[in-house]
Amino acid sequence: MANPAPQTTDRAALKVLNRNDLTRRLVAKLKHDEAVVGGIGNSNFDLFAVGHRPQNFYMLGSMGLAAPIALGVAMAQPERGVIALEGDGSILMSLGCLTTIANLKPRNLTIIIWDNGLYQITGKQVTATAGVTDIVAVARAAGIGASHWVRDEAHFEQLIDRRFEDGGPLFLAAKIDDQPGAAQPPRDPALVRSRFMKALGTGRGGALEG
Amino acid sequence: MSWSDIFLKVLKDNDVRLVTYVPDNVLTPLIKGVTTDNYFMSANATREDEAIGMVAGAWMGGLKGCIMMQTSGFALIANALASLVMPFQIPAIMVISERGTLGEFNIGQSLVARVLRPTLDTLGIVHHTLTEESTLQFIVDSSIKQAITTQSPVAFILSPLLTGGNPSAHGKLSN
Repeated sequence: MANPAPQTTDRAALKVLNRNDLTRRLVAKLKHDEAVVGGIGNSNFDLFAVGHRPQNFYMLGSMGLAAPIALGVAMAQPERGVIALEGDGSILMSLGCLTTIANLKPRNLTIIIWDNGLYQITGKQVTATAGVTDIVAVARAAGIGASHWVRDEAHFEQLIDRRFEDGGPLFLAAKIDDQPGAAQPPRDPALVRSRFMKALGTGRGGALEG
Repeated sequence: MSWSDIFLKVLKDNDVRLVTYVPDNVLTPLIKGVTTDNYFMSANATREDEAIGMVAGAWMGGLKGCIMMQTSGFALIANALASLVMPFQIPAIMVISERGTLGEFNIGQSLVARVLRPTLDTLGIVHHTLTEESTLQFIVDSSIKQAITTQSPVAFILSPLLTGGNPSAHGKLSN
């Protein structure tokens, strides 16, 4: 028996979008104190650049761990929407976590991949997604049924609006250009963590807050 | 109670509900205990740094967690410790089953085991080697409380003296 035709996306035909613009559109839709974990480099630079919010966690190093960190937050607070923003190079380092997420099925978790096919920050070396690897197909094969390529800006907003409809985690990937992040958050991890926890209602430093 | 029952009871006493792990023979009774007890939320991670990331996120979300791994898995997580756990002050509770010593048959394990304590010491991470049941409860309970209070990680190394070592080693060693 012939194999069924694989689900394929003509990635070359996808509209090339902009990280800063999509991040701005995402944050504009967050009305319920959603937690956002920004992966290293440009993913968290643009998250900061579009306007700091205390529910943002800006990673520093630990490449590839945005999705696992977001998964931990999602498990701790199942009623809060949690979003991980990662680059293609970062998620390629942590493909295994897609299988963990697929099996745990956290319905409040959304993973968004900014895919420019580049290790942009280290000198624009190409990644596997610039070649034959389709990261949405990888996520779907890992078992995350709701895995989609973003077709354009309006489609992105639609997908964000409907992110809880499938009852499980959502995985989105957008083809983006190579614009660098527009600003960089202060590299003060203890402060970032403390503010993040305060915003999530888990901080212990309340008495010291002005 | 067995060493593993004592250990799990101390986790419960300290409200440590999330256990993320990459398995090991020696960890089997602990993993079986957490996966069959509804008190615990357990997650089988594909890599040890992923397990660290989950526990870090859970801590910030208000859920205490511990990571279980074997020595060779520990060798994968230096970056997660140095760039996430330490600078962000995450009280990650690590449980490391000690391979590579006291009857190891695998030369790879015996070599990689040598990076364990030097790495912990270099990063300034408190670690305790658990060798007997009589002191287990006190060491683990007081150290978890210290980790949470001081917002610092702690590592418990499960010695073959406590666990009996890897059961599959028996029969693979020659003299």
